[in-house]
Amino acid sequence: MATASVTSSTAGRLLGTVRLPLSIFAFLALALGVLGIDQFVNAMTLGAIYALVALGYTMVYGIIELINFAHGDVFMVGSFVAMFISSSLLGNEGSITNVPLLGVSVLVLFALTIGVMALLGALIERLAYRPLRRAPKLAPLITAIGVSFILQNLIQFFFGPTIVTVPQLVPIEWSIQISGSRVPLLNLFVIASSVILMVALQLFISRTRTGRAMRTTSMDRDASSLMGVNINRTIMITFLIGSGLAGAAGVVHGLYYGNTNYSLGFQSGLKAFTAAVLGGIGNTAGAALGGFLIAFVEVGASAFGYGRWGGAVVFSLLVIFLVFRPTGLLGSHTGDRA
Amino acid sequence: MAPLLELKDVHTYYGAVHALRGVSLKVEEGEIVTLIGSNGAGKTTTLRTISGLERARSGSIKLKGKSIEAAEPHDIVRLGVGHSPEGRRVFSRMSVRENLEMGAFLRKSGPDVQKDFKKVFDLFPRLKERESQAAGTMSGGEQQMLAIGRALMAQPKILLLDEPSMGLAPILVEQIFDIITEINSRGTAVLLVEQNAMMALGIAKRGYILQIGEVTLEDSCAKLAKNPKVREAYLGV
Repeated sequence: MATASVTSSTAGRLLGTVRLPLSIFAFLALALGVLGIDQFVNAMTLGAIYALVALGYTMVYGIIELINFAHGDVFMVGSFVAMFISSSLLGNEGSITNVPLLGVSVLVLFALTIGVMALLGALIERLAYRPLRRAPKLAPLITAIGVSFILQNLIQFFFGPTIVTVPQLVPIEWSIQISGSRVPLLNLFVIASSVILMVALQLFISRTRTGRAMRTTSMDRDASSLMGVNINRTIMITFLIGSGLAGAAGVVHGLYYGNTNYSLGFQSGLKAFTAAVLGGIGNTAGAALGGFLIAFVEVGASAFGYGRWGGAVVFSLLVIFLVFRPTGLLGSHTGDRA
Repeated sequence: MAPLLELKDVHTYYGAVHALRGVSLKVEEGEIVTLIGSNGAGKTTTLRTISGLERARSGSIKLKGKSIEAAEPHDIVRLGVGHSPEGRRVFSRMSVRENLEMGAFLRKSGPDVQKDFKKVFDLFPRLKERESQAAGTMSGGEQQMLAIGRALMAQPKILLLDEPSMGLAPILVEQIFDIITEINSRGTAVLLVEQNAMMALGIAKRGYILQIGEVTLEDSCAKLAKNPKVREAYLGV
């Protein structure tokens, strides 16, 4: 009997591990066939940005069950910090064609922006959310909305309410040919850097001691502290990482679109939040998946001439998920998932 | 010499509810002490206050003479208090092994920790069989074993056990109590909270009766088991 149950659970696990990559692969193949390579690359690029932002939403929700409405604005601030560092600090004006110089500039830009944003995220947690740790859940939620307004107003105060140009360091003309289509290197760069960060995050969460502390804290905070986990420190690290990733998304957004504005966080933030819910809030792999899914839906809508309906389609999808599968794509059925 | 654990006049509140109304008790090195009381008497709150999960509003909690009533839970673990909480609270989506690893969270992994894995598996051979199974899919009894094993992985000087018999079949209850005695005989003091007063008085040396947040009686377990009031209220005879 024991052997039988072991065998069936091994088979089940095997099926479980194969099914997800298979369905993702099938979905991507289908999307590629329907959209064509240009739109496919566009969707992947947009998805990479949504996914980076969605990770911050889902990590914070997973650990303190707060929908951090300010997170979209943290992403927006990240795009301004990246713009400021790139143009004022590093003195960039446009693209850099010298490859080594470009590499160094981009790396420095990422490192500085991620660092600044991680600190900002930790600061927000310390000042706005930690004092409310034992308050009813509505209190930090409203505080998050307050933080969102504060960030928007601060950026408006310093940079004005208009669209601001960001230096596009990677030359837009650079491209490679894939089966007759011209694919800009910039897109591939955006996708690659997001994927690298997401893989790094997964490794961090699954392999490191702090990552384990984050997982147990999101499963059961009291039990976790009885193991010796410093809860406040763990929550702060979660904010550091989530905001750092939003900073990276800010960098990528600027490089890709060449501009930003103070209300960026509202629109994109809301979509990234939707991505987190679609993926199964609290689940990091799900958030990444949700980000790409939303981008495909949006790009798909505009490819068929319904671009103005992109938002409506995305949020309809959200409603459908909330009604029929509230735990999201990767959420568990038992409901014990954070 | 100072007792291993000593509570003096501890008051704890949940919001406006005065849950502990001046609890005093002590546990000496190597002892099993039991805390008996009905639902809502404050047994769990007492353990949670010792572990720092709840804050005592007044009173003192000393571990080997050192005040811990203001310390954070993770520091209290470091000082040698292990706590197997009410409802087991195993990490359901982690394997048995990962749960035990979390128990040793504050220790450097190495041969010492490996030795303790072996010790826990010796105490609970069932856990060895289930090593890679997700904890949430195990039976109540197995989860209880895991919760106790997990607390032991931190090498506690004192183990706080909250209702280890809850929801278990009688034969498993006996097994768990045998194991508690075994753990104690290896040198770990135990503060045991139980509704199953009969079993608890059977293995503990001393006992405290808790009623509505106050200790109303303390004595050796032999005497408590003979006390007519205790027999009537908690032993059902």
